[in-house]
Amino acid sequence: MKIKYFAWMRQKAGVAEEDVTPPDDVRTVQDLIDWLARRSPRHAEAFSEAKVFGAAIDQQVVKLDAPVAGAREVAFFPPFTGG
Amino acid sequence: MAVRLQREDFDVGAETEALVRGNPRIGAIVSFVGLVRDLHVREGYHRDAVKAMTLEHWPGVTEKALADIEAEAHRRWLLDASLIVHRYGRLEPGERIVLVLAASPHRDAAFDACRFLIDWLKTKAPFWKLEETPAGDAWVAAHAADDAAARKWEKD
Repeated sequence: MKIKYFAWMRQKAGVAEEDVTPPDDVRTVQDLIDWLARRSPRHAEAFSEAKVFGAAIDQQVVKLDAPVAGAREVAFFPPFTGG
Repeated sequence: MAVRLQREDFDVGAETEALVRGNPRIGAIVSFVGLVRDLHVREGYHRDAVKAMTLEHWPGVTEKALADIEAEAHRRWLLDASLIVHRYGRLEPGERIVLVLAASPHRDAAFDACRFLIDWLKTKAPFWKLEETPAGDAWVAAHAADDAAARKWEKD
């Protein structure tokens, strides 16, 4: 599974993308966040509970309780600020 | 109907001309042009001088989001033509960021659709702004006012 990070989440995590193989008990996006946050202090900072961010599975925005089974790519990003 | 994502600047006059050419049904064009400001007010009081801003996007996904937003405008209003041009990369104060054009036979649809397009684009298309300030680089946070502006267009 490919993980992508955007904007300050990328800066905090220290990587733009990475390939990971989460264990079977990682069922939802929230499970994945909890698992990724344990990879390094930088990951923990990127996923700090005080921060607001969104997620997308295979380029579709999802809620954090969405299942990740079969996902090829999961992206994490701060709220959009275009225009 | 068209959306473009580009690093380079755009010419508002030329884009407008191109949009209406060969379409004599158009009676009204409303345009919105967003510019980089040299001042950013954070949390209501703290002011940072902005030297430049870098716009990050999600290649492929941002274009699709813009096209979806434009298609939604065409579902809601009878538009003859529309255009969204959004820049990315490093931009300095005074530079153009975004152009929205909406054209219709009468002005009401063009006004409403243009406002809808920019309001939705701000909160529903993946862009992130990094500002260069004297205190260092700072990511622009989402604005509650932008969320409220987008919500006005939510259907019940």
